[in-house]
Amino acid sequence: MSLVARHLEENGLATVIMGCARDIVEECGVARFVFTDFPLGNPSGKPWDAGMQYATVGIALDLLERAWMPRTTIQTPYQWHNDEWREAFMKVDATNREALAREGEKRREIQAKVKKS
Amino acid sequence: MDQLRPYRSFVSYIDRSREYYAAQGYDKPYTWPHYDYIPFTPLRKPLSECRVGLVTTTGLPKPVDPMQAIMYRREIYAQPAIPPPTSLYTDDLFWDKKATHTKDVDSFLPVNRLAEYAQKGYIGSASPRFYGVPTDYSQPRTIERYGPQILKWCREDGLDAVILLAL
Repeated sequence: MSLVARHLEENGLATVIMGCARDIVEECGVARFVFTDFPLGNPSGKPWDAGMQYATVGIALDLLERAWMPRTTIQTPYQWHNDEWREAFMKVDATNREALAREGEKRREIQAKVKKS
Repeated sequence: MDQLRPYRSFVSYIDRSREYYAAQGYDKPYTWPHYDYIPFTPLRKPLSECRVGLVTTTGLPKPVDPMQAIMYRREIYAQPAIPPPTSLYTDDLFWDKKATHTKDVDSFLPVNRLAEYAQKGYIGSASPRFYGVPTDYSQPRTIERYGPQILKWCREDGLDAVILLAL
């Protein structure tokens, strides 16, 4: 998505990215970015919370108009209702290390079969 | 101050996904794009005169027919924003399926919210279409194919500004 935004900027269109993966967007480098510190899935506000969504879109619109240089990131003021997802997402530890290794092995076997056929 | 923390608060998905796939036995990590030069276009008109569009990484709804569903492939697309979509396909994407859900389209593609800003005159208008880009492992495909196609559609629809939402 950041690569598409960069292409639009290079060709004279103003853009703003809305997202929850701060490091991926900022590592790439984009003109404007509205970051919400939520689990991945709802970059424009919590589901069924029209008020939060409206305010988040408003922040993006204002950033379009007001940013004067690239790499401008704004963080929205919203917090998720818990912090458990931060540790839980794609977790790797002693409890699942073996299972993950087996999953990877299985997937490579399937991919190898698909390649052969 | 609310708290003292010995770590940064926001999740690093670059670190997290690299460790996760390494644990699955993939020893060559995905390499993410990084640029030093960042292109920048200032908004050329007041917002109240601008036409604004939305780009999503989600896909069109998967066909209900099982045979058609098997054939379903993610493609780049442009779709009418009116009537607004009531669901989009997200099952194949990288997001936190345990912590949240994507049943409310406006939580990741705010077509209705953007239309409200247009109705109030805060922006000139919302684009008659929204646009979809598959998240692709291949960076060259995104740069050479998807970027130019989205630009073409944005120009056809007379857009002044674009909001891109990464799920």
